[in-house]
Amino acid sequence: MPKAKVNGVEVEFEAGMSVLQVAELAGEEIPRFCYHERLSIPGNCRMCLVEVKPGPPKPQASCALPASDNQEITTNSPMVKKAREGVMEFLLINHPLDCPICDQGGECDLQDQATGYGRDDSRYALNKRAVEEKQMGPTVKTIMTRCIHCTRCVRFMAEIAGQQEVGLLNRGEDAEISTYLETAVSSELSGNINDLCPVGALTHRPWAYNYRPWELKKVEGVDVHDALGSNVVFQVRGAEVMRVLPRINDAVNEEWLSDKSRYAIDGLMRRRLDRPYVRRGGKLQEASWAEAFEAVAAKLGDSSPDRVGVIAGDLQDAESMKAALDLFGGAGVPNLDCRQDGAQIGGGPREAHLFNTTVLGLEEADAILLVGTNPRLESPVLNTRIRKAWFLNNARVGLIGEAADLTYPVEHLGETHRAFEEAAGWGHPFAEALRGARRPAIIVGGGALARPDGGALVRAAAQAAQAFDVVREGWNGWNVLHTAASRVGGLDMGFLPRGGGMGAKAMMGAAGQGGLDVLFLMGADELDTRAIGPDTFVIYMGTHGDAGASRADVILPGAAYTEKPGTWVNTEGRVQFASRAVFPKGEAREDWAILRALSERLGATLPYDSIGALREKLISDHPAFGQVDYVPTGRPLDLSLVGLDGTPSDEPLRSPVTNFYMTNPIARASLTMADCSAVRVQAPVPMAAE
Amino acid sequence: MPGILEDKDRIFTNLYGLHDPMLAGARQRGAWNATADILSMGRDWVITQVKNSGLRGRGGAGFGTGLKWSFMPKVVGERPHYLVVNADESEPGTCKDREILRHDPHLFIEGCLIASFAMQANTCYVYIRGEYVREREVLEAAVAEARRERLIGPGNIHGWDFELHVTHGAGAYICGEETALLESLEGKKGLPRLKPPFPAGSGLYGCPTTVNNVESIAVVGEIIRRGSAWFASFGRPNNTGTKLFCVSGHVERPCNVEEAMSIPLRQLLEDHCGGVRGGWNNLKAVIPGGSSVAMIPAEQCQDVLMDFDALRDLKSGLGTAAVIVMDKSTDLIRAIARIAYFYKHESCGQCTPCREGTGWMWRVMERMAAGQAEMHEIDMLLDVASQIEGHTICALGDAAAWPIQGLFRHFRHEVEDRISSYRSGKPHVQGATLLAAE
Repeated sequence: MPKAKVNGVEVEFEAGMSVLQVAELAGEEIPRFCYHERLSIPGNCRMCLVEVKPGPPKPQASCALPASDNQEITTNSPMVKKAREGVMEFLLINHPLDCPICDQGGECDLQDQATGYGRDDSRYALNKRAVEEKQMGPTVKTIMTRCIHCTRCVRFMAEIAGQQEVGLLNRGEDAEISTYLETAVSSELSGNINDLCPVGALTHRPWAYNYRPWELKKVEGVDVHDALGSNVVFQVRGAEVMRVLPRINDAVNEEWLSDKSRYAIDGLMRRRLDRPYVRRGGKLQEASWAEAFEAVAAKLGDSSPDRVGVIAGDLQDAESMKAALDLFGGAGVPNLDCRQDGAQIGGGPREAHLFNTTVLGLEEADAILLVGTNPRLESPVLNTRIRKAWFLNNARVGLIGEAADLTYPVEHLGETHRAFEEAAGWGHPFAEALRGARRPAIIVGGGALARPDGGALVRAAAQAAQAFDVVREGWNGWNVLHTAASRVGGLDMGFLPRGGGMGAKAMMGAAGQGGLDVLFLMGADELDTRAIGPDTFVIYMGTHGDAGASRADVILPGAAYTEKPGTWVNTEGRVQFASRAVFPKGEAREDWAILRALSERLGATLPYDSIGALREKLISDHPAFGQVDYVPTGRPLDLSLVGLDGTPSDEPLRSPVTNFYMTNPIARASLTMADCSAVRVQAPVPMAAE
Repeated sequence: MPGILEDKDRIFTNLYGLHDPMLAGARQRGAWNATADILSMGRDWVITQVKNSGLRGRGGAGFGTGLKWSFMPKVVGERPHYLVVNADESEPGTCKDREILRHDPHLFIEGCLIASFAMQANTCYVYIRGEYVREREVLEAAVAEARRERLIGPGNIHGWDFELHVTHGAGAYICGEETALLESLEGKKGLPRLKPPFPAGSGLYGCPTTVNNVESIAVVGEIIRRGSAWFASFGRPNNTGTKLFCVSGHVERPCNVEEAMSIPLRQLLEDHCGGVRGGWNNLKAVIPGGSSVAMIPAEQCQDVLMDFDALRDLKSGLGTAAVIVMDKSTDLIRAIARIAYFYKHESCGQCTPCREGTGWMWRVMERMAAGQAEMHEIDMLLDVASQIEGHTICALGDAAAWPIQGLFRHFRHEVEDRISSYRSGKPHVQGATLLAAE
């Protein structure tokens, strides 16, 4: 390995590293503004200047300079210090220095680096430049006078998000960051540019002036707004989660987060169920826990188990589903389902319902077939990986389903399952690419799964996967992209109809015709609850006054994902723990504890008194839950076992997500999501040319 | 018209447009003569000839043209090679490429063919400055003519498939920087690229590319026809050849003239331009190489030679050899303030020092020109200039700093006088001397 000397200390480095990276290997911190590990290198802030020998007798931008063998790098010489102080002075002459009223204060790169390289006085006696605020939509607050033109936001939008919406206008000192005609940014990943901005030019509009970063307690968690399980940090003040920021996990979300995962948290403070309710005389009335349990126990005690149904919603943690499974399954209830959208998957080998390439592995794929999915809406962060595969690997992407702008070139093969047959024919260009691919992948989404003929469609996709040799030695390219955070956990523990029991769709149908006495909804709100008949007693355990609560006869207030320690399994099958950030609202309790208390009233006490004991039971019953943050790759899968027999209909495949900002009760309660939906989905601003 | 260079040794024999610029006239003057024979000598021979001639790039930096060509990969890999000609002549004071394009376009097109052949490029792009509309029309007509006569184009009579495309810029000075030019040529915003990678490794569309000045390319045909020794016989060692000088400002007859390198500045001005307006003693300062180099005062002009090394020794530069003559009526501070405005206006805004510093320097210069600045601001301004110089991606930061540094190197006393005289009798101005009665 080549060696270089950093301030006299010799370090070995890998060929191809930049001088900045080599200096960091040696433990030298290099100040920077424009450089970011995950973006291209523009080298324009000039803050990372260092001295290198051999080289010209002037400081060099270390971020862009490849390190070479036997190079001598000096990061602390007077020349370097003078150069950086010069750059810092230039950055500050037109910076407003309004730190006391700036939301970036306390976590501002400019502020931090000014303590190291700033002058103690100002030599600039002239008027400072002022730049008008730009309208960038409901997520991005702009104070462009603070901008230091690092162009991180421009590069993120162009390279990662794949939408060239932000750019640098004009030149010289008139240069300004703006969107085209100041239209709102339409990317689902817009919040990341606020994170990337090293100063306070772009800040989080929904959280403006709400907190100071040093006031916040940081709690590690997992996002539940899609099935990717993005790693996040909940930042808490008092009883409120003030903000959610991404936590770096290169295998899952790198350091990005979608706008929904980030900004829907104001929904956690609105429309909350903070006490039990019991319907009396047709009206929901406040009740005590004892009264609520009384009503539930009385009804359940009177009902035969096969006339009871349990549906787990999209945001449920594995612990609460396990408790429900033990309680109702133990009582002989056959009607259990964790697939409220009616997705016809699960019950077979585990790999059949997982994202087997893994999210990280998807980057290596060189041909990707999307079936009935719009990954940009179903998991925007995952979509950046597909884009990366296209960007870095020249991966070809084919789509069977609804045509959409996925931010990378997509070959649209057809709208219905018939495209499989057409693609199987010889000479089809995409089929040839898939056949010749070194790492082919197929991604099946909710648009194919969640329909009456879903099983048959999955079978068709699996047959295509088999034909294209997608699962081979050391590589498993069969991927299912779920839309719910709870889904894989539920499928892994078998939260499915047993012994001829009904699935979610059948339960809803039965409930409409008096076929069910009791329907227990665990945070299940994506159902048409108005269709439930008057004879069915609905128990809703959840967090928000949404579809489930409005029809409920008893409401058991539960804890939202920030309010309980929980386990979630993402679409890859990665088991992830989250901690409790705040306590449940009012009299609400953690879901598993509600079920544990209910079990005592029903006389079938669950055998665990703590979340630890529950987890032990979960892991001993379902060993997959014991492998935390681990996903093996390339596991074999017999594709002939995947899917169900039947004939798929000619109905076009549509993504299950039509409005990205309104997919769950938390998002529907959020004002920010309502704003995003209004601007980006319902009434996008027309362009000038239109 | 004495000078050093005799008429028989001039390359640009139609510099003043007295003859037919098109193919018939150009052929009479020697263009396209034996071009096929030149190509038949092989590319290594061509590059050696250019190297031996000592031709240094005429765009300002003065990098050896032959050496630059030899940086191109020896074998064409999977990516094609390109020659890009920088005709974005925007340096204030410079107007040499313009005359070549107007009056000797065929000499230039022939040079493009020979240079492309030497670098195994089949395609050449000429990036013309946005304001050069008529020049583009002439060049395009000449290109069409050459294509019609099968001098260039696929299957031409020279046996080297060669396409030449003329592209029109939009008038930004920064697009004359070679990597910004490539960005602009690719259809992007003209922002200079980081180097490395250098264009010879990854230039236009990521392919090996050489960017040359119009004059460097246009002289190649004649150098090879007359021999590298002929070209090298002019000027001093390491500063050889003939050169177009653009003399403007306070001379009797401003002109473009082809002269031998290393001609004494005084001889250049007196032989070709009728001398300094009001006589040599009326000379105050000269900017010898376009607005971006430092000025030299009259006493240094006395015997300085006009070449790269002699001017570099005076901490100035030959640049594009655009000589701007300023006599004693010139307000040097105002002149430099105007140049500072130019660089502030043309900075691309990419690098911090240049974006923020050029505006700062301009504003301070404006106040100094009016005398309204403080004395201590002189040293501050020089410090700011040194913080820009050498700290940016491209040389525009340097180009903005050098004229100001040149002014203060030689005429600091004038600025100080200006500030003092503004203050005298103005007791409200900070630092003004108080009168005894107060």
